Amino acid sequence: MALLEVEGVNVVYEPTRGQRIWSVRDVDLVLEQGEFVGLVGESGCGKSTLGFALTRMLRPPARLEKGVIRFDGVDISTLKGEALRRQRRNGFAIVLQSGMNALNPVRNVEHHFGDILKAHAHGGEHYPGATVRRRGAELLDKVGLDASVLSRFPHELSGGMRQRVSIALALALEPRMIIFDEPTTALDVIVQKAVIQTIKDLQRENGFSAILISHDLGVVLEATDRVMVMYAGRVVEDQPSKDLVSGPHHPYTEALLRCYADPRADEIHLGGIPGTPPDLSLPQAGCSFTPRCPLVQDICRTLDPPMSPLGHGSAACHVRAPSAAVAEEGVKPVH
Amino acid sequence: MAPLVVSGVSKVYTVRGRGRGKFTAVDDVSFTIAPGAAVSLVGASGSGKSTIAKMITGSERPTSGSIRFGELAVEGLHAGGLRKYHSRVQMVFQDPYAALNPLHTVEYTVMRPCQNFLRMPPARARERVYELLETVGLTPPAQFAGKLPHQLSGGQRQRVVIARALACDPELIVADEPVSMLDVSLRADVLRLLASLRAKRGLSLLYITHDLLGARVISDEILVLNKGKVVEQGPTKQVLQHPKHEYTVQLLDAVATPFATAGTAPSD
Repeated sequence: MALLEVEGVNVVYEPTRGQRIWSVRDVDLVLEQGEFVGLVGESGCGKSTLGFALTRMLRPPARLEKGVIRFDGVDISTLKGEALRRQRRNGFAIVLQSGMNALNPVRNVEHHFGDILKAHAHGGEHYPGATVRRRGAELLDKVGLDASVLSRFPHELSGGMRQRVSIALALALEPRMIIFDEPTTALDVIVQKAVIQTIKDLQRENGFSAILISHDLGVVLEATDRVMVMYAGRVVEDQPSKDLVSGPHHPYTEALLRCYADPRADEIHLGGIPGTPPDLSLPQAGCSFTPRCPLVQDICRTLDPPMSPLGHGSAACHVRAPSAAVAEEGVKPVH
Repeated sequence: MAPLVVSGVSKVYTVRGRGRGKFTAVDDVSFTIAPGAAVSLVGASGSGKSTIAKMITGSERPTSGSIRFGELAVEGLHAGGLRKYHSRVQMVFQDPYAALNPLHTVEYTVMRPCQNFLRMPPARARERVYELLETVGLTPPAQFAGKLPHQLSGGQRQRVVIARALACDPELIVADEPVSMLDVSLRADVLRLLASLRAKRGLSLLYITHDLLGARVISDEILVLNKGKVVEQGPTKQVLQHPKHEYTVQLLDAVATPFATAGTAPSD
């Protein structure tokens, strides 16, 4: 049994009456014990929303409309209150996008550790100051920070240090799965590299499963075993990281790779992707990438391609990964 | 068209309170931007690059050294002189959402400098707005003029910021991380826009970033900054292909491109 089994997750945003934005559409996902997976895509593709859905952090006007989220065999998609808290204590944590946003500006780091340990304490567990400080220092050490950080306030720390504190807090309950939502986005390249290395090392040493969400394909490929690419709310490609670079399946992934280049190369051709992602408040007919895709066929306009096996992974593309089921049923006529 | 000459510029802040003392943000930096040239300042957070940008645009004054724009001594400018200077040197910032008033339409935003600096009457200003929107590729202009910032993508917002910066026909644009908050698929277009503005209008460009790829694409010359000092300087391609200073090497190593990691087993 995989640690995380996700089937048919759909998330809808209803910011104003009558407006429904389908930000995550029919996502399936499997995360094995100890696996490190990346989730990559651009603004509005639904990756952070998916991360929040998986950790039950969605708040109105966002809602998990459909889907099953099985964590360690237990469907957590409908749990509330104490039952949900027990699962959280038992299993999963999320590290948010900006260390500053996740930390209370008027409380020092030690207080943050105290909060988390006490909130999830079993009956009978006590966390006097000395215990909090000891545990805090242990956790800070895991992320390469000195125990003196315990007495600091968030504004006294650099961006990279704040992010490391957030990671240390996520480790406090020894979770079996951690979701990192854009952990390096606000950081400069040098700090970014160090934080990613820390995350990689921790994942390997502690063995938790992890999902790294980022818009930066370079960062994700460097850190993870496997990558899922999202576009317009759907997962469109799923491949081992090293295979993705040499052989992307989906035309969007191909186009995305062309937007990166080595600054040391002799000739640089920087690509872009013309057009914009679709408006997800409108029903999507067929494949969402159609207006921007160089390989469009008739079937793409009418039928949304399912994820079909290809190579060492899978892709949602009629042209690259034609699905046997679709071939049997035939093409729906264009009206 | 005037060259921008930065000579021996330093900026030292006096820190009060805990950790009292002096903090040197910029330490003896010198460089020149010839008319029509593009220079990149690269470095990590705290390297002093944004402080240099602020001194060049007049928001901060150097503690020592001089900044000359042609005959003009920038560090001595006040009020009227500074205002006139701003019509010749404009800035494009990192966060296009923060740079635009969320309550103002595109047309209103781009019209402001036309009215403020150029004293254009509304009808003429409106024409100029449409010209500028065409120039930055927001076409047809009529479709974009009435939009509010939240109705635009990040790339489109940044184009509005650039259109506004072009309104008074500046000679130099100081761009501080103009594409780092944009999706990668949108960056090439904005960089190409800046490059074509150089080519077509002879605009000079100071490009400030920690992104070496952007620096390589847009600039002829690069300065690498570490803790306020210039550690390496030279033609962009040459410095990136043959870095001499260990900090430059560190920056290059830190760039995570898919191609740099191809063939590496990620879990090593």
